[in-house]
Amino acid sequence: MDDKPPLISPQKPEPAFTPSGTPPAPPIRPREGDVIHTGPELAVGEADVRSAERGEFVAGTSLWRDAWRRLLKNRLAVFGMVIVATITLGSVTGPFVIKQVTGLTPDYIPTNIAALKSLPPFTAPDGSFSWLHPMGTDNQGRDLLARVLQGGQISLMVGVIATLMSLIIGVSYGAVAGYFGGRLDSVMMRLVDVLYSLPYIIIIIVLLSMFRSQTARGQLILLFLALGSVSWLTMARIVRGQVLSLKNQEFVLAARATGVSTPRIIFRHLVPNTIGPVIVYATLTIPTIMLTEAFLSFLGFGVQPPIASWGSLTTDGIQNIAIFPWQLICPGLTMGLTLFALNFLGDGLRDALDPQMRKF
Amino acid sequence: MLRFIIRRLIITIPTILVVITITWGLIRLAPGNFYTSEKALPAAIERNIRDKYGLDRPWYEQYLKTMGQILRFDFGTSLKYEGQSVNEIIARSLPVSATVGILAYLLALIVGITVGSIAAIKQNSKWDYASMTLAMLGISIPNFVLGPILVLFFSMTLYWLPPSRWDGFPSKSVILPVITLSALYMAYIARLTRAGMLEVLRSDYIRTARSKGLSETQVVIRHALRGGLLPVVSYTGPALAFLLTGTVVVERLFVLPGLGNYFIQASLNRDEPLILGIVAFISITLLTMNLLVDIAYGYLDPRIRH
Repeated sequence: MDDKPPLISPQKPEPAFTPSGTPPAPPIRPREGDVIHTGPELAVGEADVRSAERGEFVAGTSLWRDAWRRLLKNRLAVFGMVIVATITLGSVTGPFVIKQVTGLTPDYIPTNIAALKSLPPFTAPDGSFSWLHPMGTDNQGRDLLARVLQGGQISLMVGVIATLMSLIIGVSYGAVAGYFGGRLDSVMMRLVDVLYSLPYIIIIIVLLSMFRSQTARGQLILLFLALGSVSWLTMARIVRGQVLSLKNQEFVLAARATGVSTPRIIFRHLVPNTIGPVIVYATLTIPTIMLTEAFLSFLGFGVQPPIASWGSLTTDGIQNIAIFPWQLICPGLTMGLTLFALNFLGDGLRDALDPQMRKF
Repeated sequence: MLRFIIRRLIITIPTILVVITITWGLIRLAPGNFYTSEKALPAAIERNIRDKYGLDRPWYEQYLKTMGQILRFDFGTSLKYEGQSVNEIIARSLPVSATVGILAYLLALIVGITVGSIAAIKQNSKWDYASMTLAMLGISIPNFVLGPILVLFFSMTLYWLPPSRWDGFPSKSVILPVITLSALYMAYIARLTRAGMLEVLRSDYIRTARSKGLSETQVVIRHALRGGLLPVVSYTGPALAFLLTGTVVVERLFVLPGLGNYFIQASLNRDEPLILGIVAFISITLLTMNLLVDIAYGYLDPRIRH
C-alpha cells in the first residue's frame, strides 16, 4: 500500500522562504521511504525549517545555499554533475595526458604497415591484450580514445558557445519586451511566436548547405551562428515572464525614483533576479544543441574534417559498423552518456532552484 | 472559438510565407549557382541557362514568379532528377515518410502512455525509477546511434531484420526504422504522461472517485487518464516537428526513399525547385497540423483559448 498516492497531498511545495517576523513553519516530517528521492519536494520545507531553527535565515544567500543542498540530495543530479565534470576535464586535458603517457596524438597515423589496421579496444597489433588503445583505433590506425576526447572538446564547445549566444540574445530580448510591455511587447512576442513555429532545422540545413564554408573553421563558426540564433526563443519567453512579474515590485520603483537609467534597471536590477530559471534552461539547452550539432554532422552539414566532433566520429563509425563496431559504439555511447548526465543535471537544477516548476 | 481560430490563422499564413522566403533568400544569397558545381561552361551555354531559368530578370520578378507558382502548388521541375516534376517526387516519397512517421508516433503513444501511467501510479517504486531512467536514456541517445546499434544486433548478429532498404508497408523492413524513430517520442510521452498523471491523481475529483468506492483500475482509466493526458495532447505539435527531423535521420540511415532523404539530396545538389517544393510542402503540412492541434486543444481545455 506504500506506493499508493495519499488522498490528501502532504507534499505541496512550501514557499521558498518565510518573511522574517512570522513564526517558522512547523517541521514537516517526510513519510518513511520517501526521503531520498522526493528529496527536492520535501527538502524545501525541511531546509527552511532547519535554517530557521538555527536563526540564520537570510533570504539572499540562503536561496543559493538551499538550492545547493537540494541539488546534493538528488542522487541522479550528483551523478550527472560528476559525469559532466569528468568528461569535460577528460576532453580538455585528455589528449595532452595521452600524449605524455603513450606518445600518441589524435592525428598520429602509425607508419608500420602491421599497425595500420583498425584495432579493437584493448588489443595490440598482434592480437594480444594491451592498454595502449582502450577504445581501439579507427580505420587509419589513429587512437580512438584520443580522438573521442578531442571530439569532445568540439562538441562541448559547440554546446556551450551556442548556448551562451542564445543566452545573450534571449535574455536581452525577453527582458526588453517584458520591461517595456504594451505594444512593443506584443509585437516582439508575436515575432517570437512566428519564429517558434518555423521548421528551423530545415532552414539550418539549407543555410549550412548553401553557405558551405571552404575551411573547417569557417563551417564551425557558421554552425555556432546557426545554432545560437535559433535556440534563444524559449529563453526569451522565460525571461519575459520573469521580468513581467518583477517589474512592478518596489525595488524597481526605488531604482527608478533614485534616477537609475532604464538599461541599468533592466540589466542590473531585473536580469540578475531571473537567473534561477535562466540557469536551469541554459543547462537543458546545452544537450539539445549538442544533439542538433551531432545530427547535422551526421547529415554531413556539421563540422568538417580535419575537425572532428562526437557527431562526426559516430558518423564515421556508422560507415564501418559491420566490421569495426567499436568505432560507432565508443564515440556514440560517450556522447549518449554526456547528454544523459547533462539532462539529469538540468532536471536536478530545476528541482533545486525552482521547486514550483518541477514536474514531480 | 472562431476568434481563436482566426487569430491562429493570422499567424500561420505569414509564417508559411516567411519560411519559403527565407529558404529562397538563402539559396539565392549563397555564392555560386546551381550549375557552378559542374565544369566551367562556355559563355554561350551559360547565357542560355540563365535565360531559360530567368536568372537575369530583376530579383523581385524572380521572387514573385516563384512565390506565385508555389502558392498554386506548382513546384516546377527538378534540376537534377531530370524530367521529374517536384510534385511527382513528393507524391512518390510522401507515403514512405508518412508510413514510418505515423507508425512511430502510434508506437510511441501506446508504449509511452502505458509506461508513464504505471510510473505515476507506482510513484517512487522501482518501476518508476527504472522506467524514468530508461526514458532519460531514450532522450539522450541520438537516434543515429540507436539505429545502427539495433542494426548491429538484429540484422548483423541475429539476422532477423533487414539492415536497410524499403519493401513497402507490411514488411519486415518497416520495423527497425519505426523503432529507431519512435524511441525519443516514447521517452517524452512517458515523462509527460507521468507528470500529468501525478498532478491529476492528487486532485479532488480523483479523491471523490476513490471515496465512491471505485476500483483503482476504474479510477485510473475512466477518470485520471482523461485529465492526465492533456500535456501529451499539447505535445503533439512539437512532436510533429521533431518527427520530421527524426525522419530525415532515419531515412538516411536506413536508405528509405522518403521526403527527408530527397530533401537532403536536394540540398547537397542545390536543386532549387526541389528544395523550395519540399520546404513549402513540409511547412504547410506542419503548420496546418499545428493549427489543428491547437484548435483541438482549445476544445479540450478552455483555459488555453485566451
